[in-house]
Amino acid sequence: MNKTYSNKTSGKKIFRTIVCIFLCFLALFPFYILIVNATLRHADIASGIKLIPGKYFFTNFQSLFDPKKRIVSTFTLFEAFRNSIIITVPTTILQIYFGSLTAYALTVYRFKGRDLAWGFIYAIMMIPTQVSIVGLIKVCKITNMYGTFWPLIFPAIAAPTTVYFMKQYMESGLSLEIIEAARIDGCSEFGIFNIIALPLLKPAMATQAIFAFVASWNNLYNPTMLLGSHTELSTLPMYAQAIRNNDKRQDYGQVYTALLCAILPIIIAYLFLSKYIVAGVALGGVKE
Amino acid sequence: MSKNKKKTVEYGKYGLFFIIPFFIAFIVFQFYPLIYTIFKSFLYDSKAGRHAAVTTTFGLGNYINYVFGEAGNGELWQALAITVVLWLLNFIPQILLSLLLAAWFTDAQYKLKGTGVYKVIMYMPNIITAATIAVLFYNFFNVNGMITKTLIDAGIVSKDGLIDKGWWSLLIIAFIQFWMWYGNTMIVLIAGIMGINPSLYEAAMVDGATSRQQFFKITLPLLRPILQYTMVTSAIGGLQMFDIPQLFNKGIPLIQIGDSTVKSTTTVVMLIKQYASLGSTTENLGRASAYSVILFLVTLCVSMIFYKMTAEKN
Repeated sequence: MNKTYSNKTSGKKIFRTIVCIFLCFLALFPFYILIVNATLRHADIASGIKLIPGKYFFTNFQSLFDPKKRIVSTFTLFEAFRNSIIITVPTTILQIYFGSLTAYALTVYRFKGRDLAWGFIYAIMMIPTQVSIVGLIKVCKITNMYGTFWPLIFPAIAAPTTVYFMKQYMESGLSLEIIEAARIDGCSEFGIFNIIALPLLKPAMATQAIFAFVASWNNLYNPTMLLGSHTELSTLPMYAQAIRNNDKRQDYGQVYTALLCAILPIIIAYLFLSKYIVAGVALGGVKE
Repeated sequence: MSKNKKKTVEYGKYGLFFIIPFFIAFIVFQFYPLIYTIFKSFLYDSKAGRHAAVTTTFGLGNYINYVFGEAGNGELWQALAITVVLWLLNFIPQILLSLLLAAWFTDAQYKLKGTGVYKVIMYMPNIITAATIAVLFYNFFNVNGMITKTLIDAGIVSKDGLIDKGWWSLLIIAFIQFWMWYGNTMIVLIAGIMGINPSLYEAAMVDGATSRQQFFKITLPLLRPILQYTMVTSAIGGLQMFDIPQLFNKGIPLIQIGDSTVKSTTTVVMLIKQYASLGSTTENLGRASAYSVILFLVTLCVSMIFYKMTAEKN
């Protein structure tokens, strides 16, 4: 009796483990192929799936920047990388700072219209920004921001999901006594937020910063629509797009090397931050 | 306590100051654009002849001609149908697999080892730039791509490959979406299951309930709000699908449904992009706006259903 039970248990466990390992394999395999292909020549890749890395990575990498060989001629991978950083870093900072400030105002202070403002922010969380792209282009035209980085950065000041998460965190993790004590010490209200409250919010801010960063870094739609014909302003996802649009000029080694270089920063960051990211995703679901 | 309350009232005006930046940015970058898009959808640009000047009239022109009329050729509704099909094809297997894995990972009876590592690996595709993933899969699956090549050599697929075939390209895109998102959904569901009161399971164990019974009698009913939340966020995200189909095959392949030929992978946002791109030959902001308004209304309906569902529960 006992023996059959444990046999059944281990059988089930083995089956589940096999399924999980298969799924992990499925998740990693395309990236493995990507890495292998980045080290091979065009002819090797074109002949079918290869599983063993070659030694042409640096050759491929050089052709990425070689004016005669490169697939994307209007801008370089380096420029795309630089542009993505110029956009993403301030976007992340603005989103976290103003998201926290707004959430702080709604948690700590009592004022007329507070509940209305909060209800409003909650309600607009689900509205996608893609549907108002024509109007956003119009705003950029009026304000002369079309073809600049600004319309990709400034909208981050109003990120309802960040406000939502920061408020959730503050309700349990921010003690009003500390704020009261700082007031008695003569600290200004804005100073209290910057000097006292912000450091207490670090864990929540870190999680939110990762997601804000990734969302901005991976965004293809808005830069495509708002940067106009300024190819020198293109971002990394637009680099992938440019590779796709120039597929007539065949050099698979270079294509895969470019794609690998484009995703490498995110993969490396994920290796270090995966614990926090997985925890952050879990937090997203239990918000109801 | 009452003193405390008085203090917060006194300082209340700072709260108002602090939310001003959010609302200014919201009005400039979200509210005004939305209102303008709605307004623009009522401005119809008509061109009488080849060299005639464009005349703009206020009215339902864009809706009459493009959304419901001949000039639009039903492309919006086809794109909407395709978007929904793409979403269903990835969401149904995604939610089923995620539920199964979440049940396994939280099963106290058969404790699985290494769940932390599985979670990290299965989630990984979700964080990587969708644009690069689409181009990567394009390079796997295009006619000269290595996977296609291998399948052709093995005699599984005919020489013209898969990517230009309507149904195949639809399925591959749905698979990429599924592959990118099931890890995310799984983690959300695991968190949901972990939030269920453990004493319920303990009581069930005492009563001799099997893992399967526990799953269907306790986990599934109590997980309902989170399942609803997952479904709605996924549906809203799915309606805006753009990166993967755009870069995988640009929405070109066709399928025959009844009498009409449908672009099998053109989503609504791809259509909007086509007409909203300034300086392109297809530029028609009125048309793009009308399509945006319809997409907005559909999205709004989906969120309304969700708010109603959660409100009923409360």
